[in-house]
Amino acid sequence: MSKTINIDGQNIPFSEGQTIIEAATAAGVYIPHLCHKPGYTPHGSCKLCTVNVNGRNCSACTFPAAEGQTVINNSEELRHDRMRITQMLFVEGNHLCPSCEKSGNCQLQGVAYHLNMLDNHFPHFYPLREVDASHPDILIDHNRCIFCTLCVRASREKDGKSVFDISGRGIHKHLIINSPSGKLKDTNIDVNDCAAHVCPTGAILIKRTGYQVPIGQRIYDHHQISEVALNEEGGAGSLPAAALPPSLEVAGQGSLPAAALTPSLEGAGHGK
Amino acid sequence: MKNFIQTVLAEADYQPVRLLQILRAVQSYYQYIPPEAIDYLAEGLKIPRSHIIAVAEFYSFFHLTPQGRYEILISDSITDRILGKDSLMDYLSTVLKVPVGQVRSDGLVSLNNTSCTGICDQGPAGLVNGYPLTRLDRPKADEIATLIDQEKPLAEWPAYLFAVADNIRKAGLLLEQPIANGAGLSAGFARGIQATLGEIDRSGLRGRGGAGFKTAMKWKFCAEEKSDKHYVVCNADEGEPGTFKDRVLLNSYADQVFEGMTLCGAIIGAEQGFLYLRGEYLYLKDKLQAILQLRRDTGLLGKNILNQGLNFDIEICLGAGAYICGEESALIESLEGKPGIPRNRPPYPVTQGYLNKPTVVNNVETFLAATAIVVNGGEWFAKVGTDKSAGSKILSISGDCALPGIYEYPFGTPISLILHDCGAEDVLGVQVGGPSGTFISNQELDRKLAFEDLATGGSFIVFNKSRSITGIVQNFMHFFAHESCGFCTPCRVGTSLLSNQLDKIVDGHGSAGDVVELEALCQLVKNHSHCGLGQTAANPILTTLQRYPDAYESRLKDISYEPGFDLDGALDVARRMAHRDDAAAHLTQVED
Amino acid sequence: MANKIRVATTSLAGCFGCHMSFLDLDERLLALAEVAEFDRSPITDIEHCGPCDIGLIEGGVCNSENVHVLREFRKNCKILVAVGACAINGGLPALRNPISLEDCLLEAYRDGIGVENAQIPSDPELPLLLDKVHPIHEVVKIDYFLPGCPPSADVFWAFLTALLEGRDPTLPYELVHYD
Repeated sequence: MSKTINIDGQNIPFSEGQTIIEAATAAGVYIPHLCHKPGYTPHGSCKLCTVNVNGRNCSACTFPAAEGQTVINNSEELRHDRMRITQMLFVEGNHLCPSCEKSGNCQLQGVAYHLNMLDNHFPHFYPLREVDASHPDILIDHNRCIFCTLCVRASREKDGKSVFDISGRGIHKHLIINSPSGKLKDTNIDVNDCAAHVCPTGAILIKRTGYQVPIGQRIYDHHQISEVALNEEGGAGSLPAAALPPSLEVAGQGSLPAAALTPSLEGAGHGK
Repeated sequence: MKNFIQTVLAEADYQPVRLLQILRAVQSYYQYIPPEAIDYLAEGLKIPRSHIIAVAEFYSFFHLTPQGRYEILISDSITDRILGKDSLMDYLSTVLKVPVGQVRSDGLVSLNNTSCTGICDQGPAGLVNGYPLTRLDRPKADEIATLIDQEKPLAEWPAYLFAVADNIRKAGLLLEQPIANGAGLSAGFARGIQATLGEIDRSGLRGRGGAGFKTAMKWKFCAEEKSDKHYVVCNADEGEPGTFKDRVLLNSYADQVFEGMTLCGAIIGAEQGFLYLRGEYLYLKDKLQAILQLRRDTGLLGKNILNQGLNFDIEICLGAGAYICGEESALIESLEGKPGIPRNRPPYPVTQGYLNKPTVVNNVETFLAATAIVVNGGEWFAKVGTDKSAGSKILSISGDCALPGIYEYPFGTPISLILHDCGAEDVLGVQVGGPSGTFISNQELDRKLAFEDLATGGSFIVFNKSRSITGIVQNFMHFFAHESCGFCTPCRVGTSLLSNQLDKIVDGHGSAGDVVELEALCQLVKNHSHCGLGQTAANPILTTLQRYPDAYESRLKDISYEPGFDLDGALDVARRMAHRDDAAAHLTQVED
Repeated sequence: MANKIRVATTSLAGCFGCHMSFLDLDERLLALAEVAEFDRSPITDIEHCGPCDIGLIEGGVCNSENVHVLREFRKNCKILVAVGACAINGGLPALRNPISLEDCLLEAYRDGIGVENAQIPSDPELPLLLDKVHPIHEVVKIDYFLPGCPPSADVFWAFLTALLEGRDPTLPYELVHYD
């Protein structure tokens, strides 16, 4: 009899040493995340994977699964809080999706779509951040960095280099480059390095590859990040294509109900 | 430069874990960390230069651009403000001829704010090149300006400028009965190491940093971890605004603290201990080093202590201006020469601490108490205090009271008695446990000092009725936003959002819904942050919102929405550049 | 006619792309016209917004005139909706936000390539620029948000039909886009 944890009423097996998110992913249960990536040292900083374990909030990507855990993952409260945390990421940087070539394939955007985030809620910081286009093949747009450190970890753990670091404190945190000039061109990064491809947002881009996939065929155009992540990150959750949702049927020339204003409409506004 | 760096590196034995000490030496010599120094250090320590920059940019006392040869930092704690810090800062800026936050054009002097320097009982306080200036006033400011213009070395400045008094006002269980050097170790060896741990267990001693974990249990867990090395760390990074007891304990009871560390080393099987001393207490370092040396010379430290075969030594490591390093896992990261970012837990330090080896981290006061317990027995300690909070608590009392200073009380003492003793009158409320603790109103003064009621690491700030609640809370919220390490989203972004949202309300731009929004944000930051800093950062707002809702509501406008920024002010630049000032060139903040 | 809902629309610091997308409702516009009529809108040329049920705002707030128009809408519309990326987060016009307004104006009117007879426009008829472009929810209270650059006609349709039928206008996954 293998050990299990209970996530939202479902018993999920785990093996010793697995984190909650690892056990969940293997069982086909999606927990939203941005700084977590299988095969990388867990980081636990974005806090999107916050789940409630026996009454306490924990990061599913760092917290070890253990017998007797009752985990809440899929609650309206957590969805709301995760949306707020995502909105924090949006207002902290300059995330202008229409002008970003990662749009449609961006995990930050994908998570936001998944959480049904319609606005940024908080006042924007509009920080002044630079673009580093010095490298012939790789572009860094600091406006879109969310400090997940995946590039830092990729460079160290996968590429055997130390091209990136996170510097500063608090809201002044920023990504820095390990070269005397501080520019990417003066590092030993290569376009085939993991670090060049791991960014979940549009902060690190490969030059001359943007906009190659037409709108409608991009990763998150029709598939929720929950399905994509479970497919990519392995486990029993791989979905057959047929299980993916059909494009929304749009009510063609449907006529509108003649009834004009409903009570809900009357009361919905907040006036001046 | 290369030679200087080589000397510094050699002194640090080329150990990257000593990066903070190395950078302190470089900063102190050049008034900043020059780019060439970063190159030499990266080469000498065999670490990426970006790592050095990341560390330099994490700690407030390191700079990548030159500071003045006299770098003056003024403590921006609420306690310094109560003592007139704001007007003093203006005056200093005038007499030193340098705006706050800048370096004077001749490079001689720079002036800036810094977080609480732990001199709250004799402020307004500051630091000049890391050394504390106390009881600052205008005559002293004039004198300092003259000394700087004469380019007098600090060593030639009059000593009274730097005088730091202990101000022990009320000694209790621990402070009135100091332990003779070596008495703790002798008693420990006489009783036997295991029995000594049992005695500490019997005493009921809980960690004095505020969280209150049982000390004996922590030591036992650590001792049970199989490892080639164990470590003892004394957390002397008291950064909670309003706390300064460790300053006094290390100034006057250091032997007893070191002895407690040594006993801990004997119990957990450690040979190495660290005193992580907050950067603001640089002035204590030489004195403490001398005490350590004397202990070595008298067989109380080092090899074969008291001929009992115990080997244990202590190294002093200085912080560099980061409140977060008071969190034990952040402190360990800092000891390892990294930015002080709290670790994910589990694993806890008792199993994987310094260099991933089992490590005990305890507060200065905890080690002090442990020594006394070993000498006097567990029962002596346990019979004082309450059921759940054995013994006494040493408080740092400051703010609106006649006799600020150090007070020691048995746990269970009511707040009203403490206020009476320190000469507090016309009390509005008390911040117990510092900004991360609880603000209690004058209706709650019968509450008690205890883990089960008002837990505190020692900060106790009194406010009288002339103080503005929201002004106090603003100071605390700016502090948290400044000190957030930035690791996790809710705290990194949330503390700044909270600070801005609070400012919006206090500055009179709040409207219906803004307090609700503020409270929702508080809960978000509290419930989702990575460590204690973020989890408690909203406490100043939450505890005052609960007690003084009117202080917030009264600032709201009776409209549904007001912009959070100054609309007319947002037209300033355009008006100036278009040379316009007609009616259409202005906006009202809300619709007429 | 009397019981038709009144809808007002405008574009602040926007490109009218959201309006074009609205027109993509095509023949569904006829169905909409059965139950709705337009107040102030590029479609009607009504200059000032009167009492309305729904106001649709495209674009962020970049100048003083935007503030006045937005306030007029807020005052007159029971439900005010932020339509499109620019209204929601400033959008592309907000790309100027990290740069000081002074630098922007100098580049455009004094130092930029090809500038002749350099001067900063100062005609009182011209609205003055705010130092930053703001999402509209930072200036007035907003009731609903329709993301997209632009939101597709289907978004408008789904949203308006839900409101009219008294349903919760939550957008399904396929209709939530930021580009």
